[in-house]
Amino acid sequence: MFTFILKRIGVAIPTLFILVLLSFFLMQMAPGSPFTGDFNMPPEILANLEAKYHLDKPLWQQFAYYLKDLLHGDLGPSFKYKDYTVNELVAQSFPVSITIGALAFLFTVIMGVGLGTLAALRQNSWIDYTVMTFSMVGVVLPSFVIAPLMVLIFSISLKWLPAGGWNDGSWQNMVLPVAAMAILYVAAVARIMRSSMIETLNSNFIRTARAKGLPRRHIIFKHALKPALLPVVSYLGPAFVGIITGSVVIETVFGLPGIGQHFVNGALNRDYSLVLGLTIIIGSLTILFTAVVDILYGLIDPKIRVGG
Amino acid sequence: MATITVNKMVKEESHKAVENFSEKLEIEGRSLWADARRRFLSNKAAVASMIVLVAVTLLIIFGPMASQFTYDEIDWANMAAPPSMETGHFFGTDHLGRDLFVRTLEGGRISFMVGAMGALVAVIIGTIYGSMAGFLGGRIDNLMMRALEILQSFPFMFLVILMITFFGRSILLIFIAIGAVSWLDMARIVRGQTLSLKSKEFVEAAIISGASSTQIIFRHLIPNLLGIVVVYASLLVPGMILFESFLSFLGLGVQEPMTSWGALVNEGATSMEVAIWQLAFPTSFLVITLFCFNFIGDGLRDALDPKDR
Repeated sequence: MFTFILKRIGVAIPTLFILVLLSFFLMQMAPGSPFTGDFNMPPEILANLEAKYHLDKPLWQQFAYYLKDLLHGDLGPSFKYKDYTVNELVAQSFPVSITIGALAFLFTVIMGVGLGTLAALRQNSWIDYTVMTFSMVGVVLPSFVIAPLMVLIFSISLKWLPAGGWNDGSWQNMVLPVAAMAILYVAAVARIMRSSMIETLNSNFIRTARAKGLPRRHIIFKHALKPALLPVVSYLGPAFVGIITGSVVIETVFGLPGIGQHFVNGALNRDYSLVLGLTIIIGSLTILFTAVVDILYGLIDPKIRVGG
Repeated sequence: MATITVNKMVKEESHKAVENFSEKLEIEGRSLWADARRRFLSNKAAVASMIVLVAVTLLIIFGPMASQFTYDEIDWANMAAPPSMETGHFFGTDHLGRDLFVRTLEGGRISFMVGAMGALVAVIIGTIYGSMAGFLGGRIDNLMMRALEILQSFPFMFLVILMITFFGRSILLIFIAIGAVSWLDMARIVRGQTLSLKSKEFVEAAIISGASSTQIIFRHLIPNLLGIVVVYASLLVPGMILFESFLSFLGLGVQEPMTSWGALVNEGATSMEVAIWQLAFPTSFLVITLFCFNFIGDGLRDALDPKDR
């Protein structure tokens, strides 16, 4: 088990490093410097500025400086929002994104597992068909189509919920974004859960449990649920990545003041340091989360540990 | 004596019958592909999707010619006009007075190009990388797979947005990005398949009968890989289309006045309260295309990949 964890971390750390390295050198390759712009600076001032940001040093030293700042948690100043550092912008917007994202993730797991189990237990009934149709639609429809449609139905036609905004995190403002973000993954999890539950229920140890005369509820919750959850756990990593990526779209559609908005605006305004910082933060989060899920999976399923 | 002749006759007859039978067998015998085609054609959803997709493709290729407008032409008399046959704007116009029929189809061209490109890169790079890793095995395989693992745990969408920040928006960048992502899964799948094929009896038989390794690869391995490659290439296409639409929706994809389905959905979403057709047409095209590709991919998988049946 220990070697398995070490091995998994052995993949995560180089990935993180390559992410930082790649992002940094992509920025170096970009045409122009941050100081070539609206007006011509006197060469002395330019030299001073370059000295301040270590731009006069050779490339590998610049990278070392950047890495040093990064390890101290300093992402540098924003190029576009004057007087703001990237850290401040992240600190403002991160809570919004994390709230929405965590809720969507929770909703995904609970609804997905619930619906999938329900469909498996009532196989080939109308519940099963409804869940499966819903999950087919959910898998194909992208979030940027679902979100506007939800606004159209629930905000504009029915006027039940606000169409956007954050409003200091009141629950009415959160319902639609969380639902729009989660629906795709609820569908995917339900699909996976259904097929794995059906497979588990057909296996020998369940038959034994039934032969012993255990109550149905006991069989499902005590015996079938854990092995049936395995494929779902392995899907949580990709689902997390998807939810984080999708949050960019969702925040744009609903006008939420989260990280996604900074990301898009930063890309449109070409705010190098902001997008670079956000990429590194989100990238590290993703890589870490995937590693944690993999390790978790190894803890639950001994086959992975030995084989992988 | 007589019995022997009779016996002989019977034998001859049965020989003939066997010969006849085997000849007939040869006529009725089906190759893997004929079998697959038959299975695919019996899948109604896949066939219907195929027909719809061909129709959409033809519309995308020839549709713009049927309209009197071009995708960037502004019709000052009909701004944000609803669909109508009289004005010639079959799908209406956007808020700048550009014809949505032509723009939707023009956006479809981008989507199809992106999808085809992703599939092509996946087939070429993914197959070569995967079969190499699988065939060479050992330490090289280990190293190649580690590299793949690292690439796969990258949050690619964000890296692409980062690249767009640095180099500006361009369709070329999107193509590069899609090329970079699309082959990863394919390589993994092809490697697994190669590994299992390598130890099959028919490869052993080929080795024993003295076939060279290039012969083995081209005569025995690649035809057997082809099925799975086709299946996953077709399942990949909707993902690639989504990737591009996602970026375009955020305004990070193709540049005005060119357009794509993602960009059109975004424009439509901002004006859906007053002009629902601006959202409805691009969305339906996108969704129908995605559904079709998914059904066709599933159909191909059922037809070509016996493992999942």
